[in-house]
Amino acid sequence: MSSTPVEVAPLPVSQSRTRSSWAGPTTAVGRANERLGWMLVLPSVLVVIGVALYPLFETFRLSFTNTRLGSVREPRYVGFENYRDLLSDDLYINAFRNTVVFTIASVSLEVIFGMVVALVVHTAFTGRGLVRTSMLVPWAIPTVVSALLWDWMFHPTFGAINSVLIRLNLMDARDTFSWTASTATALGVVVAIDVWKTIPFMALLLLAGLQVIPGDVYEASYVDGATKLQQFWQITLPLLRPALLVALIFRTLDAFRIFDMIYVLKGYSTETMSLAVFIQQKIVSLQRLGEGSAAAVILFFAIFVLVIIYTRLIRVEEQ
Amino acid sequence: MAVQGAQQPVSVHGTMIGDEELSRIRSRYTRRSTTSIGRIVGRAGFWLLVVFIVLYTLFPFYWAIVSSLTPASDLYLTPVKLWPQRVTFEHYDRVLSMGSFQRALINSAVVSLTVVLLALFFGTVGAYALGRLQFRGRTIILYLILSMTMFPGVAIIGSLFTMVRALNVYNTLWALIITYLSFTLPFTIWVLTNFFRAMPGELEEAALVDGCTPLRALREILLPLAVPGMVTTGLLAFIGAWSEFLFALTFTLDESARTVQVAISQFSGNTQYEQPFAPKMAAAVVVTVPLLIGVLLVQRRIISGLTAGAVKG
Repeated sequence: MSSTPVEVAPLPVSQSRTRSSWAGPTTAVGRANERLGWMLVLPSVLVVIGVALYPLFETFRLSFTNTRLGSVREPRYVGFENYRDLLSDDLYINAFRNTVVFTIASVSLEVIFGMVVALVVHTAFTGRGLVRTSMLVPWAIPTVVSALLWDWMFHPTFGAINSVLIRLNLMDARDTFSWTASTATALGVVVAIDVWKTIPFMALLLLAGLQVIPGDVYEASYVDGATKLQQFWQITLPLLRPALLVALIFRTLDAFRIFDMIYVLKGYSTETMSLAVFIQQKIVSLQRLGEGSAAAVILFFAIFVLVIIYTRLIRVEEQ
Repeated sequence: MAVQGAQQPVSVHGTMIGDEELSRIRSRYTRRSTTSIGRIVGRAGFWLLVVFIVLYTLFPFYWAIVSSLTPASDLYLTPVKLWPQRVTFEHYDRVLSMGSFQRALINSAVVSLTVVLLALFFGTVGAYALGRLQFRGRTIILYLILSMTMFPGVAIIGSLFTMVRALNVYNTLWALIITYLSFTLPFTIWVLTNFFRAMPGELEEAALVDGCTPLRALREILLPLAVPGMVTTGLLAFIGAWSEFLFALTFTLDESARTVQVAISQFSGNTQYEQPFAPKMAAAVVVTVPLLIGVLLVQRRIISGLTAGAVKG
């Protein structure tokens, strides 16, 4: 993890103390602070351990057992059997493939279009505030609602999308193509909805990055005769890299665990099943807690590896 | 970052030039470019792009509103009308008078508000300690909290499921309140810790030197200043809890504990063949409007809070 997020400004009272915080307080005030600090964070720490950390360890443990929900049979340890079973399970491999395809497609589209939108709303123009406000709408709409809105938009006969396509003569009026039902386009629809919902968030993150680039850099390069395109590649992009990487981390992590949209739109259908949908089905409707937990552990580690890779990249940036 | 100096003189090909010279050069370029046709085309293209962005972001929700106000008989006419011909509130009537939907709205409100209040209480107290006090183990706790904000909820649904059943709270609102803390609390602590840390140190220094206890300093000096941050954080946590779907789907069974997100996802018609799109859109609008009002009220802080929290985190 990069070091910046967890550097905490010391309180004035203890500023004179330069020793490591593990060495313990030396003054009475320091000792009192020490006790108070622990007293204040303890409830939160206990709750986080109880509802997040402990369940995580429990998931690891369950993944090595053949536990089934609602079974009276005493579960036993089966070693890596669940993991081996998963790797030879076509449905699981398919879910993994879908998740990777979805993540790469949605995140790259979001970065590209998010960048375009960020550059547009960074430019000064009348009504810019209103455009920025309207961008908050897709972000604030719950994912389940987004899925329903677009399901209706994509309706084969009465949907806005096919209707517009017919009016533009891009589609035959008698043709009632169902984008969500067709195997070839279903995953594409999921990507399209996710892109719609997330571009604003991406654009706002990148906008924050754009706003800290000082204007004189552009002026100087302008005087030097740089074109807009050169300015973008030589100035904007390199200076935006930290913001871009942070946005990438957030989006990749979110995309990799996608559940709501796919479940609402397509349920447990194979052609759109993601890892999260696979896990939920395994545990809740098939009651196979052991196998489901093994899949959950793999997802957890996949996300863990992504975080490590990205934070390494950020650290390289900072040096 | 490599480029910082905001007030430094500009260097052109190694020679320093002053502000006057710079603006003279600049105006020469701008005057020439405003008259060019390329510039006009560029301007038109830019406005087209702006219009497209606004249409793209707003149209789906606009269409949900239009559909929810369209009489059922008009809804299934082709070609589809993109603006309302006649307006009716029948679908809102129908949805809002449904016992199961009313129940779901109450359930969602109770769960979200309880979770937000709990997270804000524990989170503020904890964030004050993490942001303003020096004690051993603080860094480790911060790492723990940060990593908990990133990890996926689906990774623990199996063990949460067994926990919920062991606690005998399956299919109750308690199941959701308890499990929702797994994502709202780390988020709240993390954002508020950054918030407390950003406050200048002198704030409570004088009071502490005068013998005021840290807790009193928190209550009387820092807390009033933290209210805007707490409101924004609380709203973001509320949006998260109100919109949550996976836990709500997994830990509830029937109407008694079902939240709005699960209710609208399972919305079905009176008959097997009826596709209740208009009532569905009405329900979607009802579920979304509270969030939109909240977001628009504090939009400035949300944009800065969202980006500050994210870029720092």
